[in-house]
Amino acid sequence: MAFEILEPGLSTTVQDQGRIGYYRFGIPQGGSMDQYSASLGNRLVGNTPAEAVLECTYIGPKIVTTEDAVVAVTGAPVDVFVNSVPVAQYERLNLTAGDELRFGVIKGGMKYFVAVNGGIDVPQVLGSRSTYPIGAIGGVNGRALAAGDSVPVGADPGSDLPVLLSIADADRPGFSKDVRVRVMLGLYDHNLSANGLDSFLNSEWTLTPVADRMGLRYQGPGVEWKKREQPFGAGQDPSNIVDAGYAVGSIQIPGGTQPIVLHRDAVSGGGYAMVATVISSDMDLVARCAPGTKTRFVAVSMDEALRARAVSAARYARIWS
Amino acid sequence: MTLSTEARYTWGGDEFLFVEIAEGMSLESNFISNSIANALDSQQLTGIIDICPANASLLIRFNPDQLVSGDLERTVRALEREVRGAASQVLETRIVEIPIWYNDPYTNETGARFREGYHQRPEGNDLDYAAEVNGLADAAEFIQRHHESPWLVSMVGFVAGLPFLYQLVDRDRQLEVPKYLSPRTDTPALTLGYGGCFSCIYSVRGAGGYQMFGVAAAPIFDPAQSLADFKEFMVFFKPGDIVKFTPVDETEYRRIQSEVDAKTFKYRQAPIQFDVGAALADPDGYKESLLEALNGI
Repeated sequence: MAFEILEPGLSTTVQDQGRIGYYRFGIPQGGSMDQYSASLGNRLVGNTPAEAVLECTYIGPKIVTTEDAVVAVTGAPVDVFVNSVPVAQYERLNLTAGDELRFGVIKGGMKYFVAVNGGIDVPQVLGSRSTYPIGAIGGVNGRALAAGDSVPVGADPGSDLPVLLSIADADRPGFSKDVRVRVMLGLYDHNLSANGLDSFLNSEWTLTPVADRMGLRYQGPGVEWKKREQPFGAGQDPSNIVDAGYAVGSIQIPGGTQPIVLHRDAVSGGGYAMVATVISSDMDLVARCAPGTKTRFVAVSMDEALRARAVSAARYARIWS
Repeated sequence: MTLSTEARYTWGGDEFLFVEIAEGMSLESNFISNSIANALDSQQLTGIIDICPANASLLIRFNPDQLVSGDLERTVRALEREVRGAASQVLETRIVEIPIWYNDPYTNETGARFREGYHQRPEGNDLDYAAEVNGLADAAEFIQRHHESPWLVSMVGFVAGLPFLYQLVDRDRQLEVPKYLSPRTDTPALTLGYGGCFSCIYSVRGAGGYQMFGVAAAPIFDPAQSLADFKEFMVFFKPGDIVKFTPVDETEYRRIQSEVDAKTFKYRQAPIQFDVGAALADPDGYKESLLEALNGI
């Protein structure tokens, strides 16, 4: 069984839970940018959380299924059509062979997900089907979908859980244009001046259109770095460091102007000082923001980050039981 | 060890421990980072996801549901003390010859497209600029200095399989070149780059901010694993590898490329022991003994 791609959309890629354990070679973790939304799709179609989905960016693909298929569309709010008839998101949909799935205008966020029973069955590379276009691995030939692709769909993995027809309102993610993102200060925050740190934490930052799987860039008042003599090998700008590993979710501010939150396909290292890191449970929240979203970075402790992580885990456990 | 201070421990959110051995780059810091990484790796601790040694720091990803952050920090601090106290600083590694076509038309063409607003010096190419800021006579002298002494792979990362390299010469012989004022949106695959005190080889085409000096003749990242050197893994370089750059002309570059196309190309390489103390005490003398290992191949 396969999905025939009539139109590829703006940037539609195969993603799963990610390629973990190869960061030391510069290969990013990848995976669905909004893990929770992708997981809801897999739950609705009777998969395990590990099956691969299609991640759509703003403008979705036009797909014809070669056989009957159970699908669901989750993530950012968007109009969904089956053979030009509007259908609902966050619901289990039964497609008949030859049906055409397409999308209208996105109404918030950036990314929505198409899950299908059996999952997108491209070959695994280093333990994952996630597309890493820069390294040309994973997904369909290591790239985003193209018109004319025939994307293989796997066999029903056989879930033991009861069929779920719809995600309850309370369990659906929000797509606000005004968010508070929790971060842990650290890494090189001591290189900011007192004013710089104050500006970072107490300003409103606006997400720019420069926002993708690698990173999200924010506009705001900028920050000030401490004056210092740069260490050997670091480079001249006070935002430069001797090239180091980048934590996923870390925030760098090249030149002190625009903070960049590194996301799941980010480069694994480089020479810009990071001043904070988005806590693991808020990485999905960052991925749900559309350009223009007003953002405040709120500092939390490790204990608070771990409590938030436990809340996320409990929510997953409720969905997957 | 000349670095007596302790590393700085800090958190990158709830999943990353960052250990800065020193703010500045040095062979000692890099050796400590790699040694801690190897020692931690061999412990096979549950909850460790990735250990990423870098130039003068170390990034460790862990699962806080399986490994308590405080326990991880205690473990790494103990390893740091062990590594700093160790009498021997010998790394079992290899030396590899990397053929480079310096001053090639591909990187020059790309460099010419990113001048105004990107580069410090609009006239000339990146090699001319590098020679000038290092007070050398011309590009030829810079190229000579670049390949006459071997390099240590001090970090792998940025994108898949990209090596950062640090030249094994005295501090006062280190070449330093500023990065581009603003990163390019394009860099040819296999470009030999230079930024700060580091060389790199861009494993794939893409954005980049390092100056461009040449192009490597053979791949260093092979996702299809079609060449013999990539049978085990798609990434060629590991931290700790020693690299000898060898200049090649266009004819030799094309010959190597035809071997790559025929899938018969193999890198010249030899196993060696790299003694950090010896390398620091007498870089010039030690260089000769490293290069000898390649001569028999």
